[in-house]
Amino acid sequence: MSKKKEVDDVSGTETTGHEWDGIKELNTPLPRWWVVIFIATIVWAVGYWIVMPAWPLVHGYTHGILNHSQRDTVTANVNALKAARAAREHALDHASLKQIQDNPELLQFAMAEGKSVFGDNCAPCHGDGGQGAHGYPNLNDDVWLWGGKLEDIQHTITVGVRSGAPDTRESQMPAFGRDAILKPGEIEDLTQYVVHLSGRRADAGAMRRGGKLFADNCAACHGPEGRGERKVGAPNLTDNEWLYGGAPENIHDQIWNGHGGVMPTWGGRLTRETIKSLAVYVHSLGGGE
Amino acid sequence: MQTAASEASASWRIDLFVLPLILGLGWLAGILEAARSPDPAMAIQGWTFAACMMGIGVWYLWSYAGRTPADERTPYANDVVKAGVIASMFWAVAGMAVGLILALQLSFPHWFYFPDVPWTNFGRLRPLHTSAVIFAFGGNVLIATSFYVVQRTSRARLWGGSLPWFVFWGYNTFIVLAGTGYLLGITQSKEYAEPEWYADIWLTLVWVCYLLTFLGTIIKRREPHIYVANWFYLSFIVTIAMLHIVNNLSWPVSLLESQSYSLFSGVQSALTQWWYGHNAVGFFLTAGFLGIMYYFIPKRAERPIYSYRLSIVHFWSLIFIYIWAGPHHLLYTALPEWAQTLGMTFSVILWMPSWGGMINGLMTLSGAWDKLRTDPVLRMLVVSVAFYGMSTFEGPVMSVKTVNALSHYTNWTIGHVHSGALGWVAYVSFGAIYCLVPWLWGKKTLYSNALVEWHFWISTLGIVLYITSMWVAGIMQGLMWRAYNEFGFLEYSFAEAVQAMHPYYIIRAIGGGLFLAGVLIMVFNLWKTVRQGAPAAAAAALVPEAAE
Repeated sequence: MSKKKEVDDVSGTETTGHEWDGIKELNTPLPRWWVVIFIATIVWAVGYWIVMPAWPLVHGYTHGILNHSQRDTVTANVNALKAARAAREHALDHASLKQIQDNPELLQFAMAEGKSVFGDNCAPCHGDGGQGAHGYPNLNDDVWLWGGKLEDIQHTITVGVRSGAPDTRESQMPAFGRDAILKPGEIEDLTQYVVHLSGRRADAGAMRRGGKLFADNCAACHGPEGRGERKVGAPNLTDNEWLYGGAPENIHDQIWNGHGGVMPTWGGRLTRETIKSLAVYVHSLGGGE
Repeated sequence: MQTAASEASASWRIDLFVLPLILGLGWLAGILEAARSPDPAMAIQGWTFAACMMGIGVWYLWSYAGRTPADERTPYANDVVKAGVIASMFWAVAGMAVGLILALQLSFPHWFYFPDVPWTNFGRLRPLHTSAVIFAFGGNVLIATSFYVVQRTSRARLWGGSLPWFVFWGYNTFIVLAGTGYLLGITQSKEYAEPEWYADIWLTLVWVCYLLTFLGTIIKRREPHIYVANWFYLSFIVTIAMLHIVNNLSWPVSLLESQSYSLFSGVQSALTQWWYGHNAVGFFLTAGFLGIMYYFIPKRAERPIYSYRLSIVHFWSLIFIYIWAGPHHLLYTALPEWAQTLGMTFSVILWMPSWGGMINGLMTLSGAWDKLRTDPVLRMLVVSVAFYGMSTFEGPVMSVKTVNALSHYTNWTIGHVHSGALGWVAYVSFGAIYCLVPWLWGKKTLYSNALVEWHFWISTLGIVLYITSMWVAGIMQGLMWRAYNEFGFLEYSFAEAVQAMHPYYIIRAIGGGLFLAGVLIMVFNLWKTVRQGAPAAAAAALVPEAAE
């Protein structure tokens, strides 16, 4: 092992004289730019400590010249935002839904609020464009279970559907198969009848038997012609729009199990003004009445 | 410095008393858990642990029976390093494959969704990926290379008889216990510290043995000075022990159950966790791998280290400043503002100490830059240092509050982590292993340099796709979250920001797939290298100083 210092041919720098497993070290001084930047970052940090809260003490901490507080900044920002919206929110609260729709400036504000609130609260079920999904109603079309007028929509949002709130929209289709109200053969016949109602070809014999069953079991809610009844949230069965699917096996499944989804009540979670904006926004999606 | 006789008596005690006792008690504890635990997942952990103890015991008896005094007199212990290299490559493939599955799950949630098979859930696979690449792959690389390097640079055989073997098997037992635990749903939900109390206790025991082996070898060294790589390895071993013990302080619900209560709660728990988490990056993924860099780059380039003075200054500044930087993971949270300030400012001061390692790595090449054209292994090592420099600049930038307000919780962080993990940690490991395999198995060269070229270019393309897609995705995500319209309402919903990520998630998965493909090429190349006929002329290449 070599202990003597030698000069490296390439760099012209002396080695330290140490050697490990053939590895030597040059005794190059620290790069000047490296030292300068290192010191500069330390100077910057010390400056930052002087200005901002930085070091813990036995009681409390150094507050810095600015005595800055993140919490105060956030509170101020939130208040500033509320203040900026306040005049229009006030106007929303005192206008009827129709007045909001007729006032271009107010409408623009309500639509902006509605879109934002819809995205974070409604889109997870109804889709980001309100297009719906299996079991979640499409809000773009003119098919409404509980009514498509501005006030209907506002009320549905406020109380929810089967949400458990005292005044919620409430209806329950019986599970004709699961609860053995009808026999399996009868449900097959009913299925054919409902297929026929929506204008499709169905088995003639089954359809005849199904017609009698429909009148006895379904017409009370869905109406004698199957056109539905909004007072009880019973869907129209003749328009070929289906919440739980329109294929014969989907219809069979629905008669058998009587699915009914839940929409939460938003009255306690969103402000009155926000729900108004939301109603106007949903109304505008395509099917508002 | 201890005498040869006292070392022999220590080795004898370790081999005949300490290790059999640990394995026996470990086996007993595993069987007891398996038989008595009311929690089925814990019972499976018990069986697994007992099986590992039994397996190590059988292996231990077998190798002890076949050992001759001549084996003890070979200058360096090589077999345990070989085992570490094999384990490293095994875990690299496993860990990166799980990473690819996760990337595909994020890109195509419908395809990779099995609600009836809970262990395929993202929440269980994610810690499996991070632990497998950091602790299983990275940890085995660190143990193997540190055992190799400390022997050569100290001109001493590993201390402690069979202790190094126990470190290897014990550490991998920890990995198996942790990984199968995640799949069973066992976690203490601390990022990068998910394993529960019993696995933590076992790792502590193994880690103390690692420290003893390493320190023992340094103490009996036959060189006047301790080489810089060993400073880094030692700081990694000591600090990881401290971080691991403090962050995992907890009280088990019962000795027969997997769950435990952390000693810390609320913001104290968060701060302790990120003090741990950030220094796992600092001391495991930075200091440890700088140890690799400081041996393999000068060795491969056949050039002296650029600056001894820089290595001293950047070593001490790095380890003293790193330990303060953790709070930058908690900016704009309930953490007191003064602690946030300290985390941010120390992260910025850390920039130059980190770059000291890069300068020493790159400038060591002066006089040997031409070798980059012909030696893809050296190129991989050098590119790793370049990625190291990039990540250690990006890190301080991201820790500045204003930048963090945009980058935090976005995919930018994922991109940052992977530029360090793939570009730096994995590349410097691959470079070292490409060096080690011919040296250890006594071959003149690798089976194919062309395959190393393929590996290099395919995986470099993979890294570029990965980090650029995550930068774009992260910045877009951050901007979408904070966009307000003229009326003061959020412009985008959260779901819209998720939707916008889709193309970038696909690009990321392609990048990860390419990186994994590169590793498979490497495994093939190494396999053929070991199997190829022509052995190197002599073991002299293995032990350059042994002939003195």
